[in-house]
Amino acid sequence: MSELPVPALSVSELDVVYRVRGSDRQVLRGVSFEIGAGEAYGLVGESGCGKSTTALAIVRYLPRNGRVRGGQIAVAGIDALGLSREGLRRLRANRLSMVYQNPADALNPSMKVGAQVAEVFTVRGVGRGEALDRSRDALARVQIADPGSVMGRYPHQLSGGMQQRVVIAMALAKDPALLILDEPTTGLDATVEAEVLDLIAALQADFNTAVLFISHNLGVIRKMCERVGVLYAGALVEEGPVESILHDPQHPYTVGLIRCIPRGGVRKDQGRLDSIPGFLPSIGEELPGCVFAARCALAEAICTAEAPPPYEAGPGHISRCHFHERAKELPRSGEGDAGRPSAPDRSGAPLVQIEDITKVFRQEGHQIHALDGVSAAIWPGETLGLVGESGSGKTTLARTLLGIVAPTRGTLELDGRTLPVLAKRSPQDVRELQIVFQNPDSALNRRHSVRRILLRALRKLGDLTGERAERRLHELISEVRLADRYLLSRPRQLSGGLKQRVAIARAFAGQPRLVVCDEPTSALDVSVQAAILNLLVDLQVKERVAYLFISHDLGVVRYISDRIAVMYLGRLMELGPAEVVFSGPHHPYTEALLSAVPTIDGGGRERIKLSGEIPSAAEPPSGCVFHTRCHRAMDGLCERDEPPLVEVEPGHLMRCHIPIEELRRLQGVGAAEEAVV
Amino acid sequence: MSTAAVVPDLVPTRVRAQGRGELLRGLRRSKTFIVGSVIFWWWVFCAFFGSTIAPFDPNVGSSATLASPSWTHLFGTDQLGYDVFSRVLAGARSILEIAPAATALAIVAGTSIGLLTGYMRGWVDDIVSRLVEALLTIPLIVLAVTIVVALGHSTVTLIIVVGILFTPLVARTVRAAVLAERDLDYVPAARLRGERAGYIMFAEILPNVMAPIIVEATVRLGYAVFTVAGLSFLGLGVQPPTSDWAYNISQDYTLILGGNYWWTVLFPALAIASLVVAINMIADGFTQVLES
Repeated sequence: MSELPVPALSVSELDVVYRVRGSDRQVLRGVSFEIGAGEAYGLVGESGCGKSTTALAIVRYLPRNGRVRGGQIAVAGIDALGLSREGLRRLRANRLSMVYQNPADALNPSMKVGAQVAEVFTVRGVGRGEALDRSRDALARVQIADPGSVMGRYPHQLSGGMQQRVVIAMALAKDPALLILDEPTTGLDATVEAEVLDLIAALQADFNTAVLFISHNLGVIRKMCERVGVLYAGALVEEGPVESILHDPQHPYTVGLIRCIPRGGVRKDQGRLDSIPGFLPSIGEELPGCVFAARCALAEAICTAEAPPPYEAGPGHISRCHFHERAKELPRSGEGDAGRPSAPDRSGAPLVQIEDITKVFRQEGHQIHALDGVSAAIWPGETLGLVGESGSGKTTLARTLLGIVAPTRGTLELDGRTLPVLAKRSPQDVRELQIVFQNPDSALNRRHSVRRILLRALRKLGDLTGERAERRLHELISEVRLADRYLLSRPRQLSGGLKQRVAIARAFAGQPRLVVCDEPTSALDVSVQAAILNLLVDLQVKERVAYLFISHDLGVVRYISDRIAVMYLGRLMELGPAEVVFSGPHHPYTEALLSAVPTIDGGGRERIKLSGEIPSAAEPPSGCVFHTRCHRAMDGLCERDEPPLVEVEPGHLMRCHIPIEELRRLQGVGAAEEAVV
Repeated sequence: MSTAAVVPDLVPTRVRAQGRGELLRGLRRSKTFIVGSVIFWWWVFCAFFGSTIAPFDPNVGSSATLASPSWTHLFGTDQLGYDVFSRVLAGARSILEIAPAATALAIVAGTSIGLLTGYMRGWVDDIVSRLVEALLTIPLIVLAVTIVVALGHSTVTLIIVVGILFTPLVARTVRAAVLAERDLDYVPAARLRGERAGYIMFAEILPNVMAPIIVEATVRLGYAVFTVAGLSFLGLGVQPPTSDWAYNISQDYTLILGGNYWWTVLFPALAIASLVVAINMIADGFTQVLES
């Protein structure tokens, strides 16, 4: 059914409401778009914009309190809203597939993989034997090397990447007219994400399936889609060909969204990031004019009064903005405030000295080397970025530094004093090492008010009580730009960004010298991420605090870090100034990590495929631990001898047998343009 | 479509009750809770004023023995000529003294043990949890009888015995809730600002596990009424002439075997049943609001 004359999906004037406390709140406002047969269409927007609601409305799977109030949805010409129960079942069984963000939730944990995939066929009346045969083929098509053995396993015995492949195999098995992918790679590592995206792209070409790709990540959308729609507050504000939207955006929201992303190698000393001031309107709010007017610096009287019609902004490019020609003149929001950070002074003694730290966990008789001989130093006022795939030991290193985990071997020093485990640390040491966690929902006690959370921290970390604590409390919240009125709120009454500000204020309640930032922005939307990164940089300038900054987002790490450490299987593979690590010559592992990141500027480099997955830390490979996946591994040498971590250039350490000059030549550093992340 | 639906963040389909105001609003909407409360508070009223409002002195017999229900004796009289209606009203007191006190004891002790084992884990958890499990394997009533006989019966003994018997059950529930909380980052965050274990357990974790504790408390109260009634029936509870529902049943239940004097047993039995059912309805109301 490759050349259908009808579009694979046609959505027109879709209105969806959720019934909350007895009244209907509108969450989708007249959304219209079309996906041609075999086309890949992206839907972007921040959380709460209605991306998932759109997907759920299309598959007729809205939560019980949700309802389509108006508009039409046609899947391959079939009116999805008018279908009977049986018709809907047939549509889902034959024409429509959906892949969700978390594959572990999408698979039945108590059913073997083979039986689950076979269900896709048996539901359409295929016999059991044949269904299993077809399942094997389906798994082979998603490049699962040994489908027979995977079919006999339970989902929890597979890695996240493998699970998502199984889900995709199930989704494609019925040769659907439309495949909906809702953030299919958001929970995965960059290297695994790149593989899954390649796979989806290849399969899409093979099957000629139309794809609706939902993501908050513009880089991913650019890589996967031909056209893209931008959702804001339940309205499609801009739509057009991907290149045209990303490089010639004609709506202030899109302009702002793109500017928020740290990219093009921009660093904290070169300028602040833009953010989008204000908040998303609450669901169901009456918005008679432009949905973005309240946050738009270009808004005029007409914007709040009259809903903008779809303006033709270019070939196939539509913008719902009264002033779309001027959208790119949107004033920058990131100006002003404290000075820019200057390069930290590394001539003096380091603040923190990590010396040959090894951590071995014992698990069911296995010894797991989570950290193996890690040494590093952090100087006052410096940001050390820490990157690596999950399982590389980043979090264990941070937890060891904080004293939550006791190292098996090695020493930690703060200002020349030896740091014991947390329980034995002096109050001063406790105060000087703080943390900002990834998820503020989990990090803030949901039963305590903001005021109570911060006053307690001031008392324990700042030794302040009574009047003095009150005064400092108000200073503190104004430093993290939190309005006074939030003091009496509980965390759940705040948005993600506000919660993270409270968590940052708590970490800064004493005068910390080093703050561990464990993926502090990965749970946040990009516009909020930009504001939080700006805040962290401002605080660093003001307080001369050092950061150990863990993140999987290389653009973010590059923006905020002075130096970067790359970890793999508990070992430090590379350590050097941020610019050098990014521009190369770099370790082959770093090279692969960088190449895996989908960027919104495109170009850059060819992707280096890392074969397989990160090996188990219980049985690390011989020689160089990376040799099993390395695209530059040398026969004989790399699997036998582990290379030492040596200084290949001033301040640049690397653990690789290949001489730096050779790497420089192989990676074409100097000749080609600097890599852009 | 073999995958489960994901409800997007922005849709509060099920608002979890957290604030006190929301809890009250939720309870007020629950019919089960309201009916249960009315019955429960009626018996609490009787526990205080039952003897006062009773038409006859519950502890003074008359010559009219085993009279069937009439307008004078609504529930009839028993073999000593006591007015059964008055005995039922006055009998609410003993059970409503012992059962709530025992429950309170179990909740306080069980919560402390649950917090300690759930938060500390390691050997503390291993030892205490094994002891708790060992206690749970012995049938409740057998253990209770043994202890009461050994210690001699008084109201205080009864409270302590039932309290101790219920402690492991509460501890198990609280421990499970604490284990889930312990994985949240606010716990290491507290440790990283130098908080002591006691503060973390009682000021940080405890407020977050109140919902299961409240539900557990109401469920336990229902069982406590049962257990106390059972012990009284066996003659190990309140001593005569004080009126007590279960004791009254035990005195007269042989009479119903003849088939004639059903009222002396039926009305106290209904009183016990209505109290237990009322408490369970309250527990259901809390469960609906707190755990949905």
